[in-house]
Amino acid sequence: MTIRARYQIHLDDFTLNARFSVPDRGVTAVFGPSGSGKTSLLRAIAGLERGPIEYLEIGQEIWQDDHRFLSPHKRPLGFVFQEASLFPHLSVEGNLRYGQKRARNRSPILTFGGVVDLLGTASLLGRNTRDLSGGERQRVAIARALLASPRLLLLDEPLTGLDLESRSEILPYLDRLHEELEIPVFYVSHQPDEVARLADHLLLMNNGEVLAAGPIEEMLTRIDLPLAHGLEAEAIVAARVDRHDDDFGLTYLNSRAGRFTVARINLAPGRPVRLRILARDVSLTIDRQSDTSILNIFPVRVDELIAESAAQMLVRLDAEGVVLLARITRKSASLLNIDVGSRLFAQVKSVAVLS
Amino acid sequence: MFDAADLTAFFITLKLAAVSTLILLALGTPLAWWLSQTRTRVKVVVEALVALPLVLPPTVLGFYLLIVLGRTGPVGRFMESLGGEPLAFTFAGLVVGSVIYSLPFVVQPLQDGFSSIGRRPLEVAATLGASPVDRFFSVVVPMARASFVTAAVLGFAHTVGEFGVVLMIGGSIPGETQVLSIAIYDHVEALEYGRAHVLAAGLLILSFTLLLAVYAMNRRLRLVRP
Repeated sequence: MTIRARYQIHLDDFTLNARFSVPDRGVTAVFGPSGSGKTSLLRAIAGLERGPIEYLEIGQEIWQDDHRFLSPHKRPLGFVFQEASLFPHLSVEGNLRYGQKRARNRSPILTFGGVVDLLGTASLLGRNTRDLSGGERQRVAIARALLASPRLLLLDEPLTGLDLESRSEILPYLDRLHEELEIPVFYVSHQPDEVARLADHLLLMNNGEVLAAGPIEEMLTRIDLPLAHGLEAEAIVAARVDRHDDDFGLTYLNSRAGRFTVARINLAPGRPVRLRILARDVSLTIDRQSDTSILNIFPVRVDELIAESAAQMLVRLDAEGVVLLARITRKSASLLNIDVGSRLFAQVKSVAVLS
Repeated sequence: MFDAADLTAFFITLKLAAVSTLILLALGTPLAWWLSQTRTRVKVVVEALVALPLVLPPTVLGFYLLIVLGRTGPVGRFMESLGGEPLAFTFAGLVVGSVIYSLPFVVQPLQDGFSSIGRRPLEVAATLGASPVDRFFSVVVPMARASFVTAAVLGFAHTVGEFGVVLMIGGSIPGETQVLSIAIYDHVEALEYGRAHVLAAGLLILSFTLLLAVYAMNRRLRLVRP
Protein backbone atom coordinates (compact mmCIF):
# COMPACT_ATOMS: atom_id res chain seq x y z
CA MET A 1 0.00 0.00 0.00
CA THR A 2 1.19 3.43 -0.92
CA ILE A 3 0.51 7.07 -0.27
CA ARG A 4 0.60 8.97 -3.53
CA ALA A 5 0.29 12.72 -3.89
CA ARG A 6 0.55 15.41 -6.50
CA TYR A 7 0.11 19.07 -5.62
CA GLN A 8 0.55 22.39 -7.28
CA ILE A 9 -0.48 25.13 -4.89
CA HIS A 10 0.31 28.83 -5.21
CA LEU A 11 1.03 30.34 -1.83
CA ASP A 12 1.90 33.90 -0.83
CA ASP A 13 5.63 33.70 -1.38
CA PHE A 14 6.23 30.48 -3.32
CA THR A 15 4.62 27.63 -5.17
CA LEU A 16 4.35 24.16 -3.76
CA ASN A 17 5.04 21.72 -6.54
CA ALA A 18 5.14 18.25 -5.11
CA ARG A 19 4.81 14.78 -6.53
CA PHE A 20 5.77 11.74 -4.47
CA SER A 21 4.81 8.33 -3.28
CA VAL A 22 5.86 6.80 0.01
CA PRO A 23 4.88 3.54 1.76
CA ASP A 24 1.64 3.57 3.73
CA ARG A 25 3.37 2.65 6.99
CA GLY A 26 6.23 3.81 9.16
CA VAL A 27 7.51 7.33 9.72
CA THR A 28 8.22 9.49 6.69
CA ALA A 29 10.41 12.44 7.56
CA VAL A 30 9.70 15.55 5.50
CA PHE A 31 13.11 17.19 5.51
CA GLY A 32 14.48 20.37 4.03
CA PRO A 33 15.63 23.91 4.82
CA SER A 34 13.11 26.31 6.34
CA GLY A 35 10.85 27.83 3.71
CA SER A 36 11.15 24.77 1.48
CA GLY A 37 7.43 24.00 1.74
CA LYS A 38 7.40 21.26 4.36
CA THR A 39 4.57 22.75 6.41
CA SER A 40 2.61 23.66 3.27
CA LEU A 41 2.84 20.07 2.08
CA LEU A 42 1.37 18.84 5.37
CA ARG A 43 -1.37 21.48 5.18
CA ALA A 44 -2.18 20.36 1.65
CA ILE A 45 -2.45 16.75 2.80
CA ALA A 46 -4.83 17.90 5.55
CA GLY A 47 -6.95 19.80 3.00
CA LEU A 48 -6.10 23.18 4.56
CA GLU A 49 -4.49 24.57 1.36
CA ARG A 50 -6.11 24.43 -2.07
CA GLY A 51 -4.52 24.67 -5.49
CA PRO A 52 -5.06 24.02 -9.19
CA ILE A 53 -3.54 20.54 -9.08
CA GLU A 54 -4.50 18.25 -6.24
CA TYR A 55 -4.26 14.51 -5.97
CA LEU A 56 -4.02 12.43 -2.81
CA GLU A 57 -4.36 8.71 -2.46
CA ILE A 58 -4.02 7.03 0.94
CA GLY A 59 -3.87 3.27 0.51
CA GLN A 60 -7.06 2.40 -1.37
CA GLU A 61 -8.84 5.69 -0.77
CA ILE A 62 -8.65 8.80 -2.90
CA TRP A 63 -9.05 11.91 -0.73
CA GLN A 64 -8.85 14.42 -3.53
CA ASP A 65 -8.44 14.60 -7.29
CA ASP A 66 -9.81 16.70 -10.13
CA HIS A 67 -13.41 15.92 -9.21
CA ARG A 68 -13.39 15.21 -5.51
CA PHE A 69 -12.30 17.08 -2.42
CA LEU A 70 -12.69 15.64 1.04
CA SER A 71 -13.14 18.54 3.52
CA PRO A 72 -10.54 18.75 6.28
CA HIS A 73 -13.03 17.72 8.96
CA LYS A 74 -13.95 14.60 7.02
CA ARG A 75 -10.34 13.41 6.61
CA PRO A 76 -9.42 10.82 9.20
CA LEU A 77 -6.08 12.36 10.11
CA GLY A 78 -4.37 13.85 13.10
CA PHE A 79 -2.44 17.09 12.70
CA VAL A 80 -0.04 18.30 15.38
CA PHE A 81 0.96 21.87 14.64
CA GLN A 82 4.30 23.44 15.45
CA GLU A 83 2.85 25.28 18.42
CA ALA A 84 0.70 22.85 20.39
CA SER A 85 -2.43 25.00 19.79
CA LEU A 86 -4.41 23.54 22.67
CA PHE A 87 -7.89 25.01 23.11
CA PRO A 88 -7.54 27.57 25.93
CA HIS A 89 -11.20 27.26 26.93
CA LEU A 90 -10.94 23.54 27.66
CA SER A 91 -9.02 21.58 30.29
CA VAL A 92 -6.42 19.03 29.24
CA GLU A 93 -9.06 16.30 29.38
CA GLY A 94 -11.50 18.51 27.45
CA ASN A 95 -8.88 18.93 24.74
CA LEU A 96 -8.25 15.19 24.59
CA ARG A 97 -11.97 14.37 24.43
CA TYR A 98 -12.65 16.96 21.71
CA GLY A 99 -11.35 14.82 18.87
CA GLN A 100 -12.43 11.55 20.46
CA LYS A 101 -16.08 12.68 20.59
CA ARG A 102 -16.02 13.62 16.92
CA ALA A 103 -14.46 10.34 15.81
CA ARG A 104 -17.29 8.06 16.92
CA ASN A 105 -17.72 6.44 13.54
CA ARG A 106 -14.03 5.67 13.11
CA SER A 107 -12.66 2.51 14.61
CA PRO A 108 -10.41 3.68 17.45
CA ILE A 109 -6.72 2.88 17.04
CA LEU A 110 -6.12 3.21 20.77
CA THR A 111 -8.34 3.58 23.83
CA PHE A 112 -8.40 6.77 25.88
CA GLY A 113 -6.38 5.04 28.58
CA GLY A 114 -4.00 3.64 26.00
CA VAL A 115 -3.22 7.04 24.52
CA VAL A 116 -2.94 8.67 27.94
CA ASP A 117 -0.43 5.98 28.96
CA LEU A 118 1.48 6.11 25.72
CA LEU A 119 2.12 9.82 26.09
CA GLY A 120 2.30 9.94 29.88
CA THR A 121 -0.53 12.46 30.19
CA ALA A 122 -2.47 10.82 33.05
CA SER A 123 -1.26 13.28 35.67
CA LEU A 124 -2.11 16.25 33.44
CA LEU A 125 -5.81 15.46 32.80
CA GLY A 126 -7.39 17.88 35.28
CA ARG A 127 -4.91 20.68 34.62
CA ASN A 128 -5.52 23.97 32.88
CA THR A 129 -3.68 24.12 29.55
CA ARG A 130 -2.08 27.42 30.57
CA ASP A 131 -0.15 25.73 33.37
CA LEU A 132 1.58 23.16 31.16
CA SER A 133 5.22 23.29 30.11
CA GLY A 134 6.06 23.37 26.41
CA GLY A 135 6.87 19.68 26.36
CA GLU A 136 3.67 18.77 28.20
CA ARG A 137 1.58 20.86 25.81
CA GLN A 138 3.08 19.11 22.81
CA ARG A 139 2.45 15.67 24.36
CA VAL A 140 -1.19 16.60 24.99
CA ALA A 141 -1.48 17.83 21.38
CA ILE A 142 -0.13 14.51 20.07
CA ALA A 143 -2.45 12.54 22.36
CA ARG A 144 -5.40 14.68 21.21
CA ALA A 145 -4.60 13.95 17.57
CA LEU A 146 -4.28 10.20 18.25
CA LEU A 147 -7.63 10.09 20.05
CA ALA A 148 -9.34 11.30 16.87
CA SER A 149 -8.48 7.81 15.59
CA PRO A 150 -6.54 9.02 12.57
CA ARG A 151 -5.70 6.93 9.55
CA LEU A 152 -2.65 9.16 9.07
CA LEU A 153 -0.71 11.29 11.55
CA LEU A 154 0.89 14.59 10.55
CA LEU A 155 3.49 16.08 12.90
CA ASP A 156 4.77 19.54 12.00
CA GLU A 157 8.07 20.09 13.80
CA PRO A 158 6.66 19.07 17.17
CA LEU A 159 10.00 19.69 18.87
CA THR A 160 10.85 23.09 17.39
CA GLY A 161 10.67 25.90 19.87
CA LEU A 162 11.20 23.58 22.83
CA ASP A 163 14.26 23.77 25.03
CA LEU A 164 16.72 20.87 25.13
CA GLU A 165 15.18 19.47 28.28
CA SER A 166 11.66 19.33 26.82
CA ARG A 167 13.00 17.82 23.61
CA SER A 168 14.70 15.01 25.43
CA GLU A 169 11.51 14.59 27.46
CA ILE A 170 9.38 14.09 24.32
CA LEU A 171 11.74 12.04 22.15
CA PRO A 172 11.24 8.79 24.10
CA TYR A 173 7.47 9.19 23.60
CA LEU A 174 7.99 9.64 19.87
CA ASP A 175 10.13 6.49 19.87
CA ARG A 176 7.23 4.63 21.47
CA LEU A 177 4.81 6.01 18.90
CA HIS A 178 7.16 4.80 16.21
CA GLU A 179 7.29 1.32 17.73
CA GLU A 180 3.63 0.90 18.66
CA LEU A 181 1.61 2.76 16.02
CA GLU A 182 0.50 1.02 12.90
CA ILE A 183 -0.59 4.15 11.04
CA PRO A 184 1.72 6.09 8.73
CA VAL A 185 3.24 9.28 10.12
CA PHE A 186 4.58 12.33 8.29
CA TYR A 187 7.14 14.06 10.44
CA VAL A 188 8.35 17.50 9.40
CA SER A 189 11.76 18.40 10.71
CA HIS A 190 14.92 20.24 9.86
CA GLN A 191 16.93 18.51 12.59
CA PRO A 192 19.09 15.71 11.14
CA ASP A 193 19.38 13.95 14.51
CA GLU A 194 15.57 13.72 14.92
CA VAL A 195 15.22 12.40 11.39
CA ALA A 196 18.00 9.85 11.82
CA ARG A 197 16.40 8.64 15.02
CA LEU A 198 12.74 8.45 14.05
CA ALA A 199 12.34 8.16 10.30
CA ASP A 200 11.96 5.06 8.12
CA HIS A 201 11.57 7.01 4.91
CA LEU A 202 12.71 10.43 3.92
CA LEU A 203 11.08 12.97 1.67
CA LEU A 204 13.57 15.64 0.76
CA MET A 205 12.21 19.11 -0.08
CA ASN A 206 13.72 22.27 -1.48
CA ASN A 207 12.10 25.41 -2.92
CA GLY A 208 8.60 23.96 -2.72
CA GLU A 209 9.55 20.81 -4.62
CA VAL A 210 10.14 17.24 -3.59
CA LEU A 211 13.70 16.42 -4.67
CA ALA A 212 13.61 12.73 -3.82
CA ALA A 213 11.90 10.22 -1.55
CA GLY A 214 13.00 6.80 -0.35
CA PRO A 215 14.20 4.68 2.56
CA ILE A 216 16.20 6.71 5.06
CA GLU A 217 19.41 4.63 4.84
CA GLU A 218 19.49 5.09 1.08
CA MET A 219 18.54 8.76 1.06
CA LEU A 220 21.20 9.78 3.59
CA THR A 221 23.97 8.12 1.62
CA ARG A 222 23.00 9.07 -1.93
CA ILE A 223 25.88 11.23 -3.06
CA ASP A 224 23.76 12.85 -5.75
CA LEU A 225 21.66 14.46 -2.97
CA PRO A 226 22.76 17.34 -0.73
CA LEU A 227 22.26 15.31 2.47
CA ALA A 228 25.52 13.43 1.97
CA HIS A 229 27.52 16.61 1.54
CA GLY A 230 26.78 18.44 4.77
CA LEU A 231 29.18 18.66 7.66
CA GLU A 232 27.09 15.95 9.31
CA ALA A 233 27.04 13.52 6.38
CA GLU A 234 26.08 10.23 7.95
CA ALA A 235 24.89 6.67 7.48
CA ILE A 236 22.20 4.87 9.45
CA VAL A 237 22.76 1.19 10.24
CA ALA A 238 20.11 -1.16 11.60
CA ALA A 239 21.43 -3.54 14.25
CA ARG A 240 20.28 -5.76 17.10
CA VAL A 241 21.64 -6.13 20.62
CA ASP A 242 23.67 -9.37 20.79
CA ARG A 243 25.06 -9.42 24.32
CA HIS A 244 26.62 -7.26 26.99
CA ASP A 245 30.22 -7.49 28.16
CA ASP A 246 30.13 -6.36 31.76
CA ASP A 247 33.88 -6.78 32.31
CA PHE A 248 34.62 -3.98 29.88
CA GLY A 249 31.27 -2.19 30.09
CA LEU A 250 30.48 -2.85 26.45
CA THR A 251 27.58 -4.04 24.32
CA TYR A 252 27.96 -6.08 21.15
CA LEU A 253 25.54 -5.46 18.32
CA ASN A 254 24.95 -7.53 15.21
CA SER A 255 24.35 -5.98 11.83
CA ARG A 256 24.62 -7.20 8.26
CA ALA A 257 27.98 -5.43 8.03
CA GLY A 258 29.34 -7.35 11.01
CA ARG A 259 29.66 -6.87 14.75
CA PHE A 260 29.67 -3.41 16.33
CA THR A 261 31.15 -2.82 19.75
CA VAL A 262 29.71 0.14 21.65
CA ALA A 263 29.70 1.43 25.23
CA ARG A 264 27.15 -0.54 27.27
CA ILE A 265 23.52 0.37 26.53
CA ASN A 266 20.48 -0.55 28.57
CA LEU A 267 18.60 -2.71 26.10
CA ALA A 268 17.89 -6.43 26.31
CA PRO A 269 19.55 -8.78 23.81
CA GLY A 270 17.46 -9.08 20.65
CA ARG A 271 16.17 -5.48 20.76
CA PRO A 272 16.61 -3.49 17.54
CA VAL A 273 18.75 -0.36 17.58
CA ARG A 274 19.74 2.26 15.07
CA LEU A 275 23.32 3.33 14.73
CA ARG A 276 24.45 6.61 13.30
CA ILE A 277 27.91 6.80 11.77
CA LEU A 278 29.26 10.13 10.59
CA ALA A 279 31.31 10.18 7.38
CA ARG A 280 34.10 12.07 9.16
CA ASP A 281 34.42 9.24 11.69
CA VAL A 282 35.17 6.60 9.06
CA SER A 283 38.74 6.06 7.81
CA LEU A 284 39.96 3.56 5.23
CA THR A 285 42.88 1.12 5.19
CA ILE A 286 44.16 -1.32 2.57
CA ASP A 287 44.82 -4.10 5.10
CA ARG A 288 42.96 -4.93 8.27
CA GLN A 289 44.85 -3.14 11.04
CA SER A 290 45.51 -5.20 14.13
CA ASP A 291 47.65 -2.69 15.98
CA THR A 292 44.91 -0.12 16.41
CA SER A 293 42.66 0.96 19.26
CA ILE A 294 39.67 1.01 16.93
CA LEU A 295 37.32 -1.95 17.53
CA ASN A 296 34.79 -1.47 14.76
CA ILE A 297 36.46 -2.52 11.52
CA PHE A 298 34.54 -3.87 8.52
CA PRO A 299 35.53 -5.14 5.10
CA VAL A 300 33.97 -2.87 2.45
CA ARG A 301 33.87 -2.31 -1.27
CA VAL A 302 33.99 1.18 -2.79
CA ASP A 303 30.66 1.87 -4.45
CA GLU A 304 31.04 5.45 -5.59
CA LEU A 305 33.33 8.35 -4.89
CA ILE A 306 33.17 12.04 -5.58
CA ALA A 307 35.46 14.98 -4.99
CA GLU A 308 33.76 17.50 -2.75
CA SER A 309 36.49 20.12 -2.83
CA ALA A 310 40.11 20.48 -3.83
CA ALA A 311 41.10 18.67 -0.66
CA GLN A 312 38.25 16.30 0.19
CA MET A 313 36.47 13.31 -1.23
CA LEU A 314 33.32 11.52 -0.18
CA VAL A 315 33.39 7.74 -0.56
CA ARG A 316 30.28 5.57 -0.53
CA LEU A 317 31.07 2.11 0.82
CA ASP A 318 29.19 -1.16 0.67
CA ALA A 319 29.65 -3.44 3.67
CA GLU A 320 27.62 -6.57 2.87
CA GLY A 321 24.66 -4.45 1.77
CA VAL A 322 25.04 -1.86 4.51
CA VAL A 323 26.01 1.54 3.16
CA LEU A 324 28.59 3.68 4.94
CA LEU A 325 30.07 7.03 4.01
CA ALA A 326 33.69 8.03 4.52
CA ARG A 327 35.15 11.49 4.09
CA ILE A 328 38.86 11.34 3.27
CA THR A 329 41.40 13.64 1.65
CA ARG A 330 42.06 13.44 -2.07
CA LYS A 331 45.68 12.87 -1.24
CA SER A 332 44.83 9.72 0.78
CA ALA A 333 42.62 8.49 -2.04
CA SER A 334 45.47 8.91 -4.47
CA LEU A 335 48.13 7.35 -2.17
CA LEU A 336 45.93 4.31 -1.44
CA ASN A 337 44.87 4.16 -5.08
CA ILE A 338 41.17 4.06 -4.16
CA ASP A 339 38.69 3.65 -6.99
CA VAL A 340 35.25 2.19 -7.57
CA GLY A 341 35.41 -1.53 -6.78
CA SER A 342 38.43 -1.28 -4.47
CA ARG A 343 38.25 -3.68 -1.52
CA LEU A 344 39.25 -1.96 1.70
CA PHE A 345 38.65 -1.90 5.44
CA ALA A 346 36.58 0.79 7.07
CA GLN A 347 37.63 1.82 10.57
CA VAL A 348 34.74 3.39 12.43
CA LYS A 349 36.03 5.70 15.15
CA SER A 350 32.71 6.52 16.72
CA VAL A 351 29.18 5.09 16.67
CA ALA A 352 26.09 6.80 18.11
CA VAL A 353 23.26 4.55 19.28
CA LEU A 354 20.05 6.39 18.44
CA SER A 355 17.06 4.60 19.98
CA MET B 1 -39.83 59.08 44.19
CA PHE B 2 -40.90 57.90 40.72
CA ASP B 3 -44.36 58.71 39.51
CA ALA B 4 -46.31 56.33 37.25
CA ALA B 5 -45.30 58.07 34.00
CA ASP B 6 -41.62 57.90 34.92
CA LEU B 7 -41.96 54.21 35.82
CA THR B 8 -43.60 53.53 32.46
CA ALA B 9 -40.76 55.34 30.69
CA PHE B 10 -38.29 53.26 32.68
CA PHE B 11 -39.90 49.96 31.65
CA ILE B 12 -40.20 51.01 28.02
CA THR B 13 -36.51 51.87 28.06
CA LEU B 14 -35.60 48.46 29.50
CA LYS B 15 -37.87 46.66 27.03
CA LEU B 16 -36.46 48.61 24.10
CA ALA B 17 -32.87 47.92 25.17
CA ALA B 18 -33.54 44.22 25.80
CA VAL B 19 -35.36 43.62 22.51
CA SER B 20 -32.81 45.63 20.54
CA THR B 21 -29.88 43.78 22.17
CA LEU B 22 -31.34 40.38 21.32
CA ILE B 23 -31.94 41.40 17.70
CA LEU B 24 -28.47 42.98 17.54
CA LEU B 25 -26.79 39.78 18.75
CA ALA B 26 -28.81 37.69 16.30
CA LEU B 27 -27.93 39.96 13.34
CA GLY B 28 -24.53 41.16 14.53
CA THR B 29 -22.98 37.74 15.18
CA PRO B 30 -23.17 36.44 11.59
CA LEU B 31 -22.27 39.88 10.23
CA ALA B 32 -19.23 40.17 12.53
CA TRP B 33 -18.21 36.60 11.70
CA TRP B 34 -18.41 37.32 7.99
CA LEU B 35 -16.38 40.53 8.43
CA SER B 36 -13.71 38.70 10.44
CA GLN B 37 -13.30 35.93 7.85
CA THR B 38 -13.86 37.49 4.45
CA ARG B 39 -11.14 38.76 2.15
CA THR B 40 -13.43 40.50 -0.34
CA ARG B 41 -13.04 44.19 -1.08
CA VAL B 42 -16.70 44.79 -0.21
CA LYS B 43 -15.65 44.29 3.40
CA VAL B 44 -14.35 47.86 3.85
CA VAL B 45 -17.61 49.28 2.49
CA VAL B 46 -19.65 47.19 4.91
CA GLU B 47 -17.31 48.14 7.77
CA ALA B 48 -17.74 51.83 6.96
CA LEU B 49 -21.54 51.46 6.81
CA VAL B 50 -21.62 49.63 10.15
CA ALA B 51 -19.45 52.35 11.73
CA LEU B 52 -21.52 55.22 10.31
CA PRO B 53 -23.76 55.64 13.40
CA LEU B 54 -20.61 56.35 15.42
CA VAL B 55 -20.02 59.64 13.61
CA LEU B 56 -23.41 60.61 12.22
CA PRO B 57 -25.55 62.98 14.33
CA PRO B 58 -28.42 60.81 15.61
CA THR B 59 -30.87 63.34 14.21
CA VAL B 60 -29.60 62.66 10.69
CA LEU B 61 -30.16 58.94 11.11
CA GLY B 62 -33.53 59.60 12.76
CA PHE B 63 -34.55 61.96 9.96
CA TYR B 64 -33.88 59.39 7.23
CA LEU B 65 -35.57 56.66 9.21
CA LEU B 66 -38.60 58.88 9.64
CA ILE B 67 -38.72 59.43 5.86
CA VAL B 68 -38.34 55.72 5.10
CA LEU B 69 -40.59 54.36 7.84
CA GLY B 70 -43.24 57.12 7.73
CA ARG B 71 -46.62 56.98 6.00
CA THR B 72 -45.17 58.26 2.72
CA GLY B 73 -41.89 56.34 2.86
CA PRO B 74 -41.30 53.07 1.00
CA VAL B 75 -41.37 50.89 4.12
CA GLY B 76 -44.36 52.79 5.50
CA ARG B 77 -46.34 52.34 2.28
CA PHE B 78 -45.39 48.67 2.20
CA MET B 79 -46.59 48.21 5.77
CA GLU B 80 -49.88 49.95 4.96
CA SER B 81 -50.37 47.82 1.84
CA LEU B 82 -50.19 44.79 4.11
CA GLY B 83 -52.91 46.33 6.24
CA GLY B 84 -50.49 47.35 9.00
CA GLU B 85 -49.48 50.66 10.48
CA PRO B 86 -46.38 52.63 9.47
CA LEU B 87 -43.51 52.09 11.91
CA ALA B 88 -42.90 55.75 12.63
CA PHE B 89 -44.03 56.78 16.12
CA THR B 90 -44.40 53.14 17.28
CA PHE B 91 -42.36 50.95 19.60
CA ALA B 92 -41.41 48.70 16.66
CA GLY B 93 -40.07 51.78 14.86
CA LEU B 94 -37.93 52.56 17.90
CA VAL B 95 -36.52 49.03 17.80
CA VAL B 96 -35.58 49.43 14.14
CA GLY B 97 -33.88 52.75 14.88
CA SER B 98 -32.06 51.39 17.94
CA VAL B 99 -30.78 48.34 16.11
CA ILE B 100 -29.26 50.48 13.35
CA TYR B 101 -27.97 53.08 15.76
CA SER B 102 -26.28 50.57 18.13
CA LEU B 103 -25.03 48.19 15.43
CA PRO B 104 -21.35 49.24 15.62
CA PHE B 105 -21.33 48.79 19.39
CA VAL B 106 -22.21 45.13 18.92
CA VAL B 107 -20.49 44.28 15.64
CA GLN B 108 -17.10 45.81 16.38
CA PRO B 109 -16.33 43.99 19.66
CA LEU B 110 -17.56 40.73 18.12
CA GLN B 111 -15.47 41.24 14.99
CA ASP B 112 -12.38 42.03 17.08
CA GLY B 113 -13.03 39.00 19.26
CA PHE B 114 -13.46 36.69 16.28
CA SER B 115 -10.37 38.06 14.54
CA SER B 116 -8.20 37.66 17.61
CA ILE B 117 -8.97 33.94 17.74
CA GLY B 118 -7.02 33.50 14.52
CA ARG B 119 -7.18 30.68 12.01
CA ARG B 120 -5.24 28.13 14.01
CA PRO B 121 -7.81 26.97 16.60
CA LEU B 122 -10.34 26.53 13.77
CA GLU B 123 -7.88 24.49 11.72
CA VAL B 124 -7.10 22.35 14.74
CA ALA B 125 -10.83 21.77 15.30
CA ALA B 126 -11.30 20.89 11.62
CA THR B 127 -8.50 18.31 11.70
CA LEU B 128 -10.12 16.85 14.83
CA GLY B 129 -13.32 16.27 12.85
CA ALA B 130 -15.43 19.35 13.69
CA SER B 131 -17.72 20.65 10.92
CA PRO B 132 -17.91 24.43 10.26
CA VAL B 133 -21.06 24.89 12.41
CA ASP B 134 -19.63 22.66 15.13
CA ARG B 135 -16.40 24.73 15.05
CA PHE B 136 -18.35 27.96 15.53
CA PHE B 137 -20.19 26.73 18.60
CA SER B 138 -17.45 24.60 20.16
CA VAL B 139 -14.49 26.93 19.56
CA VAL B 140 -15.46 30.43 18.42
CA VAL B 141 -18.31 31.11 20.87
CA PRO B 142 -16.46 29.95 24.00
CA MET B 143 -13.20 31.62 22.97
CA ALA B 144 -14.99 34.91 22.20
CA ARG B 145 -17.29 34.82 25.22
CA ALA B 146 -15.86 38.03 26.63
CA SER B 147 -16.61 39.75 23.33
CA PHE B 148 -20.21 38.55 23.47
CA VAL B 149 -20.59 40.01 26.97
CA THR B 150 -18.98 43.27 25.86
CA ALA B 151 -21.16 43.47 22.75
CA ALA B 152 -24.37 42.75 24.66
CA VAL B 153 -23.65 45.25 27.42
CA LEU B 154 -22.49 48.01 25.07
CA GLY B 155 -25.48 47.42 22.79
CA PHE B 156 -27.84 47.51 25.78
CA ALA B 157 -26.27 50.56 27.43
CA HIS B 158 -26.05 52.48 24.20
CA THR B 159 -29.71 51.83 23.45
CA VAL B 160 -30.66 52.99 26.96
CA GLY B 161 -28.70 56.17 26.33
CA GLU B 162 -30.01 57.11 22.89
CA PHE B 163 -31.98 60.28 22.41
CA GLY B 164 -31.83 61.84 18.97
CA VAL B 165 -33.00 58.88 16.95
CA VAL B 166 -35.85 58.18 19.37
CA LEU B 167 -36.96 61.78 19.36
CA MET B 168 -37.05 61.87 15.55
CA ILE B 169 -38.86 58.60 14.84
CA GLY B 170 -40.64 57.93 18.11
CA GLY B 171 -41.54 61.30 19.47
CA SER B 172 -42.60 61.20 23.09
CA ILE B 173 -45.79 59.15 23.34
CA PRO B 174 -46.15 58.03 26.98
CA GLY B 175 -46.54 54.26 27.24
CA GLU B 176 -45.45 53.74 23.64
CA THR B 177 -42.31 55.63 22.69
CA GLN B 178 -41.44 57.81 25.67
CA VAL B 179 -38.13 56.46 26.99
CA LEU B 180 -36.09 57.75 29.93
CA SER B 181 -33.84 60.09 28.01
CA ILE B 182 -36.92 61.71 26.43
CA ALA B 183 -38.69 61.87 29.78
CA ILE B 184 -35.72 63.73 31.25
CA TYR B 185 -35.82 66.20 28.37
CA ASP B 186 -39.54 66.71 28.88
CA HIS B 187 -39.05 67.30 32.63
CA VAL B 188 -36.38 69.89 31.96
CA GLU B 189 -38.57 71.60 29.38
CA ALA B 190 -41.32 71.73 32.04
CA LEU B 191 -38.78 73.03 34.58
CA GLU B 192 -39.35 69.94 36.79
CA TYR B 193 -35.68 69.80 37.77
CA GLY B 194 -36.25 67.53 40.76
CA ARG B 195 -37.77 64.74 38.70
CA ALA B 196 -35.18 65.24 35.96
CA HIS B 197 -32.47 64.83 38.64
CA VAL B 198 -33.86 61.50 39.81
CA LEU B 199 -34.01 60.04 36.30
CA ALA B 200 -30.68 61.50 35.19
CA ALA B 201 -28.85 60.19 38.26
CA GLY B 202 -30.54 56.82 37.78
CA LEU B 203 -29.31 56.60 34.17
CA LEU B 204 -25.84 57.72 35.17
CA ILE B 205 -25.56 55.03 37.83
CA LEU B 206 -27.02 52.35 35.57
CA SER B 207 -24.64 53.17 32.70
CA PHE B 208 -21.60 53.37 34.96
CA THR B 209 -22.45 50.06 36.64
CA LEU B 210 -22.85 48.30 33.28
CA LEU B 211 -19.55 49.62 31.95
CA LEU B 212 -17.78 48.84 35.21
CA ALA B 213 -19.01 45.26 34.92
CA VAL B 214 -17.71 44.99 31.34
CA TYR B 215 -14.27 46.35 32.09
CA ALA B 216 -13.93 44.25 35.24
CA MET B 217 -14.93 41.15 33.30
CA ASN B 218 -12.51 41.88 30.50
CA ARG B 219 -9.74 42.41 32.97
CA ARG B 220 -10.52 38.94 34.30
CA LEU B 221 -10.99 37.17 30.97
CA ARG B 222 -8.27 39.13 29.16
CA LEU B 223 -9.51 38.13 25.76
CA VAL B 224 -10.54 41.38 24.12
CA ARG B 225 -10.89 45.04 24.84
CA PRO B 226 -14.35 46.60 24.40
